[in-house]
Amino acid sequence: MNEILRKRVLAEGVVEFDIDAPLVARKRKAGQFIVLRINEQGERIPLTIADAWPRKGIIRIVFQVVGKTTEHLATLGEGDSLQDVVGPLGKPTHIERFGTVVCIGGGIGIAPIYPIAKALKGARNGVISIIGARTKELLIMEKEMARTSHQLLISTDDGSYGHHGFVTDVLKNLIDSGTSIDQVFAVGPVIMMKMICKLTRTHDLPTIVSLNPIMVDATGMCGACRVEVGGETKFACVDGPEFDGHRVNFDGLIKRQRMYLDQEKVSWEAYHKGKQEEHSRLGE
Amino acid sequence: MSESPNAIFSSLEINVDRLMEPLKKKKEKIPRQRIPGQNPEDRIHNFNEVPYGFTPEVAILEATRCIMCKKPKCVDGCPVEIDIPAFIKLIQEGDFLGAARKIKEDNALPAICGRVCPQEDQCELVCVLGIKGEPVAIGALERFAADYERNTGRVEVPEIAPPTGKRVAVVGSGPAGLTVAGELAKKGHQVTIFEALHKTGGVLVYGIPEFRLPKSIVQAEVDYVKSMGVQIKTNAVIGKIQTVNDLLKNGYHAVFLGTGAGLPYFMNIPGENLNGVYSANEYLTRSNLMKAYLFPQYDTPIARSRRVAVIGGGNVAMDSARTALRLGAEEVQIVYRRSRKEMPARIEEIERAEEEGIIFNLLTNPKRMLGNEEGWVTGMECLKMELGEPDSSGRRRPVPIPGSEFMMEADTVVVAIGNGPNPLVPNTTPGLKTSKWGNILADQDTARTSKRRVWAGGDIVLGAATVILAMGEGKKAARSIHAYLMGKK
Ligand SMILES: Cc1cc2nc3c(=O)[nH]c(=O)nc-3n(C[C@H](O)[C@H](O)[C@H](O)COP(=O)(O)OP(=O)(O)OC[C@H]3O[C@@H](n4cnc5c(N)ncnc54)[C@H](O)[C@@H]3O)c2cc1C
Ligand SMILES: Cc1cc2nc3c(=O)[nH]c(=O)nc-3n(C[C@H](O)[C@H](O)[C@H](O)COP(=O)(O)OP(=O)(O)OC[C@H]3O[C@@H](n4cnc5c(N)ncnc54)[C@H](O)[C@@H]3O)c2cc1C
Ligand code: SF4
Ligand code: SF4
Ligand code: FES
Repeated sequence: MNEILRKRVLAEGVVEFDIDAPLVARKRKAGQFIVLRINEQGERIPLTIADAWPRKGIIRIVFQVVGKTTEHLATLGEGDSLQDVVGPLGKPTHIERFGTVVCIGGGIGIAPIYPIAKALKGARNGVISIIGARTKELLIMEKEMARTSHQLLISTDDGSYGHHGFVTDVLKNLIDSGTSIDQVFAVGPVIMMKMICKLTRTHDLPTIVSLNPIMVDATGMCGACRVEVGGETKFACVDGPEFDGHRVNFDGLIKRQRMYLDQEKVSWEAYHKGKQEEHSRLGE
Repeated sequence: MSESPNAIFSSLEINVDRLMEPLKKKKEKIPRQRIPGQNPEDRIHNFNEVPYGFTPEVAILEATRCIMCKKPKCVDGCPVEIDIPAFIKLIQEGDFLGAARKIKEDNALPAICGRVCPQEDQCELVCVLGIKGEPVAIGALERFAADYERNTGRVEVPEIAPPTGKRVAVVGSGPAGLTVAGELAKKGHQVTIFEALHKTGGVLVYGIPEFRLPKSIVQAEVDYVKSMGVQIKTNAVIGKIQTVNDLLKNGYHAVFLGTGAGLPYFMNIPGENLNGVYSANEYLTRSNLMKAYLFPQYDTPIARSRRVAVIGGGNVAMDSARTALRLGAEEVQIVYRRSRKEMPARIEEIERAEEEGIIFNLLTNPKRMLGNEEGWVTGMECLKMELGEPDSSGRRRPVPIPGSEFMMEADTVVVAIGNGPNPLVPNTTPGLKTSKWGNILADQDTARTSKRRVWAGGDIVLGAATVILAMGEGKKAARSIHAYLMGKK
């Protein structure tokens, strides 16, 4: 169980795993995620189910190396197994025939927006997707996104590919050009989602965002993942992770995501020190 | 002094005659035996268990205090009606394994109950010796017998009835679920437990700290249940991976819901979502289940605090406060809105907390939490309270004293004001009736719910209660499930 069947490096520091998880593959819907633990000492971390093949019993995750756990995860390879995989967690995306939808994915946010776009296309929406990255080399899943969108727009912060600028700029151009839009979905760095919502609010465009607060159990038992939506406290793991972006307190989320910065550094350093020692031992 | 019971048992040739000496003395002269343990100065720096437990000599001495009542009151006080004089008699005779087996006829988890049962409100409350002096230390004796059995490695697998071909799904692996599973496995049914977390045991593993209930003991009890043929599927969130209806459709003849009271309540006051403000569930889960106290050897972090305020007066609050101390806090305060007398925590735990230097701010209630620019909590504005008329719970209602606001500094706040039922299973199970608080409604005698082939028990039905009550519910449900399974062809 939980064996990594296939590994691909999509960009520097971005890795895709296909994992053997038959029950999860059968049940999961767009917008849902898993929690995994690498080993007995490991932290529980949430990752979106980017795709699934129910008949083969496979789920796909795409993750970016940002700290100790994701870095360790990236060192695993085909044939390795994860200690724990729990899911599918969170509420599925509300899918209906909205009309024209815009799906926006920024950076690693492209991985979670992909299943949403795919489900929306399946529900016969007109799908316009906007994906962006810092630079061309970091842009992931372009082919998949092209396949699942009627129109795919691309931006890079440094102009190395597609539009020079942010995904917000592309969305703004789209709105200004008079495209009629019925619904927006946006997943990416919190600051990106905040800027998108600022823009769509002025145009009265309903916008769903997927939030990524720090989680522990992800079953509604601890409240670590609480976020403020419309002045109320919600548990993102069970009430979300998707919410009405116009009601989310993004600044609060940004602060809560930074709660363990010091210890994350300690953890990362300890991991590297351990690896170095291992290296020098093997070198002797 | 810190010699473990393990070492004592293996190194000691028990000379029963010598141990029986005290019996010949006059019984009433023997005082209630104290359980030795780590002293407060040492124990606040480690997560090891606080009391060591009785040695065989002391256990026998304590057992001889029991006057073997013909109509033992103590048994009425025990929710699972353990034959207390019978097991104490076996301890008197030095037959510790016999005592353990005697207890296990009625209670499958004696090492746990002996440690965490609120004995002072149950068996020991009504022990006749308590009228004039001090009751028999029933809990400590129960713990002793169970530890002896486990440490000598002579735990017997009970007799299992021939397979009935019936399959039962148990949702949740807390004391309620484990009890149902064990009881039904003994009757020859094929039982599978589905547990949402990666470890088995419910609150026993994620909530109650190591220094009060070592996790190796929970593991031993879980292994015991497994040894009866019970299958355990961890990482299985029912309502997500499979619904109750899926289970009923996929070949399970009956389903038991023991999902506990795992939804943390917050106070809904300003500032509660600041960094450093935890629910007790999160704080304890990080420390116990994820072993954050061993960070960075274990990956999960937890706030390393200087001044901690814990809001609440129950066991959960005491556990959080004592955990904070062990994680290195310089000052830990309990903030409780009633007086010490109304505190729901066990007296023993309150006393231990006091010994460890935890400060009790009674008749105090937070009004709001304050933070700095980074969004970290820096303190709370509190109000002094006084006790007014009794409320619906029968306790005098705390009323704020106007103008009594004061500031309390804290860089970590743990909210331990209670837990409600997790709505995941009720929300995904059509036909399952709940109370207005979200607890599953179940028949008092049979634990049957409003849905056919579905039973429920433990905290999900009772609201946050106790280990032994959850087990009692489990036994009741097992009896009813067994009758149902056998009645049906
Ligand atoms: C519902 C959800 C879906 C997600 N999907 C994806 C995805 O598909 N791909 C992807 O790359 N990332 C995803 N993430 C983010 C991912 O969980 C974090 O990047 C990961 O936990 C970082 O762990 P680390 O030990 O490598 O880094 P750390 O150094 O521990 O942390 C780096 C940052 O990640 C965040 N983080 C840390 N621990 C947790 C935790 N237990 N839970 C959530 N966030 C945490 C914090 O903001 C932290 O500052 C998702 C998060 C959520 C909540
Ligand atoms: C910190 C703390 C200290 C306590 N101290 C004491 C004490 O000293 N003495 C005492 O007698 N009692 C004490 N209690 C209370 C006691 O622990 C509980 O009453 C008891 O554990 C309830 O047992 P249960 O089996 O009903 O539920 P739980 O122990 O809560 O177990 C429920 C299990 O079900 C799982 N679950 C929930 N939903 C799902 C789902 N959808 N799918 C699969 N699994 C699911 C949970 O993960 C959990 O493992 C304490 C409680 C806490 C929190
Ligand atoms: S189970 Fe609890 S109440 Fe019953 S005898 Fe043991 S300690 Fe007392
Ligand atoms: S009531 Fe007390 S003295 Fe009497 S049998 Fe029970 S434990 Fe012994
Ligand atoms: S992660 Fe624990 S409640 Fe959401």
